[in-house]
Amino acid sequence: MSNTAQTPWQDIEPLLSVQQLSKFYAPGKGCGDVSFDLYPGEVLGIVGESGSGKSTLLNSLSARLAPDAGKVIYRSEQFGELDLYAGEESLRRQLMRSEWGIVHQHAADGLRMNVSAGANIGERLMAIGERHYGDIRARAEQWLQAVEIDSNRIDDKPAQFSGGMQQRLQIARNLVTHPRLIFMDEPTGGLDVSVQARLLDLLRTLVAQLGLSVIIVTHDLAVARLLAHRLMVMRRGEVVESGLTDQVLDDPQHPYTQLLVSSILQN
Amino acid sequence: MSQADGYNFAYLDEQTKRMIRRAILKAVAIPGYQVPFGGREMPLPHGWGTGGMQVTASVIGTDDRLKVIDQGADDTTNAISIRRFFARTAGVETTEKTADATLIQTRHRIPERPLKNGQILIYQVPVPEPLRFIEPRDSETRKMHALREYGAMQVKLYEDVARFGHIATSYDYPVMVNGRYMMCPSPIPKFDNPKMDRMPALQLFGAGFEKRIYAVPPYTEVKSLDFDDHPFEVQQWEGSCEICGSDHSFLDEVITDDAGSKMFVCSDTDYCRERLAEQSAATTEEVAL
Repeated sequence: MSNTAQTPWQDIEPLLSVQQLSKFYAPGKGCGDVSFDLYPGEVLGIVGESGSGKSTLLNSLSARLAPDAGKVIYRSEQFGELDLYAGEESLRRQLMRSEWGIVHQHAADGLRMNVSAGANIGERLMAIGERHYGDIRARAEQWLQAVEIDSNRIDDKPAQFSGGMQQRLQIARNLVTHPRLIFMDEPTGGLDVSVQARLLDLLRTLVAQLGLSVIIVTHDLAVARLLAHRLMVMRRGEVVESGLTDQVLDDPQHPYTQLLVSSILQN
Repeated sequence: MSQADGYNFAYLDEQTKRMIRRAILKAVAIPGYQVPFGGREMPLPHGWGTGGMQVTASVIGTDDRLKVIDQGADDTTNAISIRRFFARTAGVETTEKTADATLIQTRHRIPERPLKNGQILIYQVPVPEPLRFIEPRDSETRKMHALREYGAMQVKLYEDVARFGHIATSYDYPVMVNGRYMMCPSPIPKFDNPKMDRMPALQLFGAGFEKRIYAVPPYTEVKSLDFDDHPFEVQQWEGSCEICGSDHSFLDEVITDDAGSKMFVCSDTDYCRERLAEQSAATTEEVAL
């Protein structure tokens, strides 16, 4: 991030500004009054128990679920400053396949299971107008290697991949267009610990190499500690505590955060 | 032939025909866009050309001359039945000659003889949605059309090249109409795709099962999808038609016995017959000289 080195840190503008965002399905179900800024290169973790509104918040942030109230402002490379839900849907969809990436908890939601791995990675390229087969395939091979999948599996379908490989393929599919902001919903859910560790390692490397901003939803505090710079703790649709990851996890202030942290098995 | 008693002209009632004509007008105004319409029951099952028949019934007039082909042939069960249906219910003249027809209802072929302005070609369509392969939700495919998100369509071609080394899709080959809408040309062989481009005749498409009508007005650009390094190509044959000797028409491979013998013949029966007639006229001329 050479340009940010020259800009004093006070002048760096947030990539994503969230102002009093609310989305409720019923009283207490959803998320309410969430505000935060996300800066370029920052990894924000959202933790909390099941049903605390984490995924609702993530969907609202990533332009997939219109909120009841509040604003999401994104500073786009192509379009400048955007109020997400005030603009056209076509714009949001364009962002989703160019500047953003979305990694789903279940690989089947984020991948096309009936087409090959190469086509899965190439789809975003073709969506932004790439029409040269040889180039598309070369890029797909490159990205398979980047996520540690053997490039001779390029013509296999995702259904023939293991769970960890599917998750990595999903990441490759998102990163191929060089997005700036990635949304992740429980990327390590359903994977065994050794596979989880490798995936986390890979994610950490990629985030650092590419200078990505990430919003990651997880209920696994270990994942949060490893990846996130900052944490938001949610409970019953509200943010109860937020701050630097180490600070929140090592010196929790809110009773719920204290409970959450103390629930982890210590050795 | 006179019209059968007890039926309205061309089977459908006038209200239905008006509704379908409105859909056709909209389809012509927005080339390649699928217009939903209230499809009626026809006296034959879906998949046998009910969509094409409803379009034909709505545009046919007493002075029209109708030709019906099925895979290029005038003499298959489906073609004969539909031709006879309109001869009975509308009392119109029918023909097997492409040049003489004002309306041509077709299943899976475009006649070899170039069509003229003033003629109407009506296709029977089984699946009108080109994006169905990649996206099962109709709400989503409609949005993709609206926002011109056609990158996913390229995925189908990518899969072909990855698996077979070339674009192996040989029929129902997706096309871009007027630079705006992605369209299924119905299951015609891709051999026929270039004929759709700037065709002087009006092309109407009727999908009875899915209740959609779409159209390509005369002289409209129709472009087949491809990759820069794998351009669109049509089928080619090693042989030529064994009846008329044509080496430039779409050929069917016909198995002639149990020992594996086969022959190639024109799929367009009228075109083959026409060429034969020309050849025999030429030989009699030679003999006379």
